[in-house]
Amino acid sequence: MSVERIPILKMGEFLLVSIQTELDDRLAVNLQKELTARVAETGARGVLLDISGLDIVDSFLGRMISTIAEMTRIMDAETVVVGMKPAIAITLVEMGLTLPGVVTALNVEKGMELLRARTRASGEGDGIHSLSTYHTAGHQ
Amino acid sequence: MESTVSQHTILPATSESDLVTARHLARGYSKEIGLGLVDETKLVTAVSELTRNAIVHGGGGSVCFEQVERDGRQGVRVTFEDHGPGIPDVTVAMLDGGSSTKSLGLGLPGSRRLVDEFELHSEVGKGTKVMIVKWK
Repeated sequence: MSVERIPILKMGEFLLVSIQTELDDRLAVNLQKELTARVAETGARGVLLDISGLDIVDSFLGRMISTIAEMTRIMDAETVVVGMKPAIAITLVEMGLTLPGVVTALNVEKGMELLRARTRASGEGDGIHSLSTYHTAGHQ
Repeated sequence: MESTVSQHTILPATSESDLVTARHLARGYSKEIGLGLVDETKLVTAVSELTRNAIVHGGGGSVCFEQVERDGRQGVRVTFEDHGPGIPDVTVAMLDGGSSTKSLGLGLPGSRRLVDEFELHSEVGKGTKVMIVKWK
C-alpha cells in the first residue's frame, strides 16, 4: 500500500500544490481531503494547483480538479490550475470535459499573478461577494 | 476486414494499481506503433476511463492490449471485459451525463470520441465487453 502524499506548501496567503507523480484515484481523493483541511487551518486565500507533471486527466481526475476548486471556493479560497499539457487540453475538450468553474493559467507565474489579482478584487468588499462579482473577476 | 495481431498483453483489472499499469501499457503500445503525443494521450485517457469502468462498475475483469495491422496500417486494439451486472440501457449509458456514479457521466461517450473504433456489448447479469482501436 502506497503512503505517497502530495506536498502542500504554504506561500504567504496561498497554498501551492504541485502534482509530480502519477495520480491514482486514492491519491487524488486524499489530496482533496488534505487540501481542504489545510485551507481551513491556514486561512489561505488561494490555491495554486500545478498539474504540469500529469500526463493524463481522465473524467475522474477532471472531476477531482473541479471539486477541489468548488470546495476551496466555498471556503473563501480561489483555486487556479496551471501547467496543463496541450495534449491533455485537446483530449479533455474532445471528451466534452471542459472543467466548468475551474480557473486556469498557463504557468505558475501567471497563476500567481491571477491569484493575487482575484484575491485583491474579492478583498475589496466586506468579504461577502456575490456571484456576479465573481463572474466579473473571472473575465479579467 | 481481418487484422493481424503482432503482440499482445493481458492484464487483470481488479485494483487501482492495475489502473496505473493499464495506463503505462497503453503508453507503451502507442509508442511501439509511433502514435503522436496527442493520439497517445487520447488512447491512454480512454484506457484509463474504460479500465476504471471494469474495476468499479464491473467488479473487476481483464484488459487485453494488442498491436494490430490492417491494410498496412498499424493500430492498438484494447479489449475490456468484466463479469459485472452489465448495462441495462446502453443507449442511455452512451449519452453524455448518462453515467450512474461518481464521474461526470463522460466515461463511455467521452472514450468513444477519443478513439477510431468503439464497440460495446453488454448483457445484464453477465457482463460488459468494450473494444477500442486507435489507428496510426
